[in-house]
Amino acid sequence: MLAYTLKRLLAGIITVWFIATATFMAMHMVPGDPLMNDKAVSAEIRKNLEVKYGLDKPVVEQYFIFMGNMLQGDFGISFTQQNRRVNDIIRDHFPVSATLGLLAIFFAATGGVIWGALTAIYRNRLPDIIIMFLVILGISVPSFVFAALGQLMLVNINSLLGFSLIPVAGWGTFSHMLMPSMVLGLGTMALLTRLMRSSMLEIVNEDYIKTAKAKGLSPMRIFFKHQLRNAILPVITILGPSIAAITTGGFVVELVFAIPGLGRYFVQAVQQLDYTVIMGTTVFFGAFLVLMVILVDIIYGFVDPRVRLQ
Amino acid sequence: MKNCLTALLLLTFTCFSWAQTQATSVNFETQTITMAMTQEPPQLNGMKATDQVSIMILSHVMEGLTRYDRRGNIVPGVAERWEVSDTEATFWLRDDAMWSDGQPVTAHDFVFAWRNALKPQTASEYAFILYPLLNGEAINKGEMDPAALGVEALDDRTLHIRFERPTGYFDKLTAFVTYFPVRQDFFETKNQRFGADAEDLVYNGAFQISQWVHSASLRMTKNPYYWDRDNIHLNAINADYITADTRSRLNLFIDGKIVSTALDGETYKDALTQRFRIRRFTTGTVFFLEYNHREQRVTANLNLRRAIQHVFDPDEMVNKVLATPGNLPGKSLFPVWLKGKTDKFRQEYRAPEAALDLDLAREYLQKAKTELGLTAMPPLVLLVGDSPTAAKQAEYLQGKLKSTLGLDIKIDIQTFKQRLAKMTAGDFDIVAAGWGPDFDDVMTFGDLLSSWNLNNRGRYNNPAYDEQVRIAMNSADPKVRMDAMGKLQQIVFDDAVVLPQYEQGVIYLLHPELRGVVRRVVGADPDFTYAQVVKPNQTK
Repeated sequence: MLAYTLKRLLAGIITVWFIATATFMAMHMVPGDPLMNDKAVSAEIRKNLEVKYGLDKPVVEQYFIFMGNMLQGDFGISFTQQNRRVNDIIRDHFPVSATLGLLAIFFAATGGVIWGALTAIYRNRLPDIIIMFLVILGISVPSFVFAALGQLMLVNINSLLGFSLIPVAGWGTFSHMLMPSMVLGLGTMALLTRLMRSSMLEIVNEDYIKTAKAKGLSPMRIFFKHQLRNAILPVITILGPSIAAITTGGFVVELVFAIPGLGRYFVQAVQQLDYTVIMGTTVFFGAFLVLMVILVDIIYGFVDPRVRLQ
Repeated sequence: MKNCLTALLLLTFTCFSWAQTQATSVNFETQTITMAMTQEPPQLNGMKATDQVSIMILSHVMEGLTRYDRRGNIVPGVAERWEVSDTEATFWLRDDAMWSDGQPVTAHDFVFAWRNALKPQTASEYAFILYPLLNGEAINKGEMDPAALGVEALDDRTLHIRFERPTGYFDKLTAFVTYFPVRQDFFETKNQRFGADAEDLVYNGAFQISQWVHSASLRMTKNPYYWDRDNIHLNAINADYITADTRSRLNLFIDGKIVSTALDGETYKDALTQRFRIRRFTTGTVFFLEYNHREQRVTANLNLRRAIQHVFDPDEMVNKVLATPGNLPGKSLFPVWLKGKTDKFRQEYRAPEAALDLDLAREYLQKAKTELGLTAMPPLVLLVGDSPTAAKQAEYLQGKLKSTLGLDIKIDIQTFKQRLAKMTAGDFDIVAAGWGPDFDDVMTFGDLLSSWNLNNRGRYNNPAYDEQVRIAMNSADPKVRMDAMGKLQQIVFDDAVVLPQYEQGVIYLLHPELRGVVRRVVGADPDFTYAQVVKPNQTK
């Protein structure tokens, strides 16, 4: 088991190194100049800016300097937020994205399990058809549409009530998080519903369900004790990567709901060619995703002995 | 699963514990307002700030020697009086100007700030605005020591300045952020972190930043040490929302959470159906098509540029393409709000207009083809930004030039940095560009197309143009300066150097109970310094 875990970890480290290197190379190949702004600056000022950010050195040397600093956990100073360290940006804003993401996953998981179970029970009947139609909507409609609709709904509710029941945007209280996390979790919820449905249907015909029926157990007991517990396993395994995807993929939701998350920095850094923030957020998010996958792998190893032998 | 739930409940609880009370957009009792910002201020180090959000915040929490009043006139700031001649200026500072920690603002704070902003190591993009100071440019280029700058503190309260060249508008420059004071001892204790957080700054303006949660909120409260505090009515300005999404900001406005928001083409329609009063403001920025004057480009040909000049209709651009109120048709590089000798510049020097004349335009095009030795014009590359409005404008031009002159336009849409890189490298025939004023003088537009200006991306080079700029630069006589600028306006037209499209206007909503908000072309915009919240029944 130890060898298996170490092997996974080593593969993870190589993956992160590869992510960092590939991002570094891609970033330097993108046309455009990070130091250019609306106002043109003289050659002397430009030279000083290059020295400040270490861009005066050859790219290969920049790469080794970056790698050295990264190993010490230092991503440098942001180009656009000029006096802020990238480490501070990650430290300040990742918890926000993570809170939002975890709440979104909670919505997605509970919703997915409930709806998925319902569709399986009412297979090919009206509730199944309605829910599966909504699921297809949830998967195909992009989140910025849901974000805008969700916000508009809040505005209308508040104006009907005559006071602000739920804030339409901003960050700080639990009520601020409700709508954005639901919007963020919607796509994953739809995906989980489908997964839950098919895994429920697989189990319905298993021998142990037949046995339970033959023993004369109540349908409720069969559903909760036998069907649900077995069907939920694939849903749990997909949660790891989903957590990483959701906590990093909230750019649009963060923008619409004015949430100070890391997703905004992640996207805007690319638009602004903010080299240090691009590297910092990409490596951080990459490492986070890799870690989630490794965790799932290790848990697999515990649960299923066959995996360890591979 | 149970553990998961407990963790979530715990999380919920922590979220509640740092909950903030939900503020409304205006509060009469506490004289507090809440607003939204389009982005986090990227740079609160006044010596280096260049963007609008940073300048807006800084102008509320800092003050220069002079400042703008509600009507846009220059009034005393830290200085209570001053004398400006062709070669030198003296500013006498008031006794009661204080930093937010209670220490007095002295003449030394200005000397330190200006020298520091010009140091090449500071790499300030706005350093050029200090070039009127003696040796300013040489210091910025690293040719001289910062101590050689033409500014000295005769004592704590007297600042003496020597000029590189006559600068009649110097009192307007001193209201700008790059001219704000910085206290040396404070700056040095902060080292690289100066301006990075609320506590990494010391304030001498009407407000101070009391709380700054990055990307989330920024709170400005009245500065108890500000000398003119009795005329400041607002106790706090809360920027509780930071988002670039205009629809999101409109929703916040409808929900009564923010005092003001700008509208775009889409949200404008929604604001109309909500029956809000829509206000207009001309930002002072001129948008124009800049031709590439580099030799190998076809756009270096005058007759081609003239042909386009005679088919482009700025009125149609404003009314049919932009189609939001507030924009003015572009007739000149010099916008309508600029001051001239005594009146507005554009009233004293009328902008020449090209008649819409298709036959004449075709004649010019034919001449251009003959001169270039071409039977057909190659497609012209039109470089534009990646916003939806930019694309719309580009497509309009494409259709217009095709249907009138039969010219093919290749639209090259690029993101911000890529577009800048291509502009600088000269990789375009025509670029959709804009220029906003840096200071309140006609020169901020006048020297744009001079051969030495790095922002002259089309590399237009005309000794006659440069000469007029020099005449205006080396004189403090309004008549001489304005006559030179009038000639520049004529040259830009005759040579069809750039093709003015429109003067940008914005439309916005403002809470009716908030009075005294000033929109400015130069400096803090919007300016809440003199604003106050009135009682609800006082509104019409």
